[in-house]
Amino acid sequence: MSKQITVPFGPQHPVLPEPIHLDLVLEDETVVDVIPSIGYIHRGFEKLVEKREFTDYVYIAERTCGICSFVHGATYCQGIEQIMKIDVPERAQYLRVIWSEYSRLHSHLLWLGLFADSFGFENLFMNAWKIREDILDVMEQTTGGRVIQGSCKVGGVRRDISDEKLDAMAKDLDRIDRDMKELTTVFLQDSSIQHRLRNVGVISRGDAYHLGAVGPTARGSGVAIDTRKLGYGAYDRLNVQVVTESCGDCYSRCAVRAKELFTSTDLIRQAVKKIPDGPIDIKVTGAPDGEYFMRAEQPRGELVHYLKGNGTKFLVRSRIRTPTLTNIPPLIKMLQGCELADVPVIVLSIDPCISCTER
Amino acid sequence: MAFFEMVKTALKTVVKRPVTILYPAQAAKKTPISRGHVVFDGNKCISCSICQRKCPSQAIVLNKEAKSWQINRFRCVVCNSCVDICPSKCLFMDTQYTAPAMAKGVDTFTITYVKPAKPE
Repeated sequence: MSKQITVPFGPQHPVLPEPIHLDLVLEDETVVDVIPSIGYIHRGFEKLVEKREFTDYVYIAERTCGICSFVHGATYCQGIEQIMKIDVPERAQYLRVIWSEYSRLHSHLLWLGLFADSFGFENLFMNAWKIREDILDVMEQTTGGRVIQGSCKVGGVRRDISDEKLDAMAKDLDRIDRDMKELTTVFLQDSSIQHRLRNVGVISRGDAYHLGAVGPTARGSGVAIDTRKLGYGAYDRLNVQVVTESCGDCYSRCAVRAKELFTSTDLIRQAVKKIPDGPIDIKVTGAPDGEYFMRAEQPRGELVHYLKGNGTKFLVRSRIRTPTLTNIPPLIKMLQGCELADVPVIVLSIDPCISCTER
Repeated sequence: MAFFEMVKTALKTVVKRPVTILYPAQAAKKTPISRGHVVFDGNKCISCSICQRKCPSQAIVLNKEAKSWQINRFRCVVCNSCVDICPSKCLFMDTQYTAPAMAKGVDTFTITYVKPAKPE
């Protein structure tokens, strides 16, 4: 046995968008063990719930994450609505689905770009972000914000989208689909990318399941779990297709996300076709008294908001469990046995969002 | 498996115009509902202080005695809730961002609203 040495990876590293620290235990060039540590950007959001009215906390819940902000806001609102037994108007539920799927498109395109950057494909990175800009433009036109939408509220949504705009959005998706097809063909078929990603960071189906992998990380190993299948919001009226791959390597996780772009555009088209006319919000009176676990599908996997109220305007407890936290144990498993040079690609393949994780 | 899959896309972008804009020389893309910064109109403010209570980031301070309305732009998260809630419609959302500042501070405005006299 050769001598073991420990090499620190992060919290500041060119490939990491956010700080996570990994101590890599190496034998020659092979990683034998990994000790992760987080806690660099804790902001105390969960404590803040005691000091802000539950209706105002939506804006803070949204700021948990800079990429999947809309999903955080919507999940929080749905949790409160479940406690208070509020029947949200149909149109608001469909609008939430449309914005959630646009968030997913923008998050996956951002990740595909960062992933291309992690293995040194700068041109592909720029092309992915070029398409992402079209998605952000639609977000700004419909909600007023590019990244932090602020369009969700307890009891519905704050803004409506006109039927003409919805039709224009659906039409524009055809062009975006064509651009994304061109982009994903490179990711899925280019020989240099396949050489870099095939059989790198492999995690078996059983390990992914038992270590609690969620989202594209689990689906890349063949575990067909998708919280949208639970049918929260308007998802029960739409046909949600779960994309899975069987190999469990970095290529599979990339392929799942690349293919999910098209399921998202399909869901938006379905929602635009089915969206009914009617009010977009309902007046909320009273305060939440009770507790609820709200689960929703973030771009990275299953998100859980636990909310507890005591009948006053201030909640007693909020607990957010984000997908990146549950994807860290599978990440450790993936890294054991890999080469040191593959570590950046494998770390990025779970789409780590550390701001979410630490809140 | 394909080789040189990226070449087609790369060649297409060579002949096209750049997709980026030369900000700030060229104005950034804005829509009529873009949230830039909050604008205050002192002529209409009735000093109800609902904006102060509803502000999730506690950026607004209204002082009835001093007749002043303050906003801390560094705390403001531009959520639009004060604009939505204002009963006298004295708050508006401008589509442009505020200019970069050299020092932290608050913007103070004077409330000049005069309550109309009751008809005899």
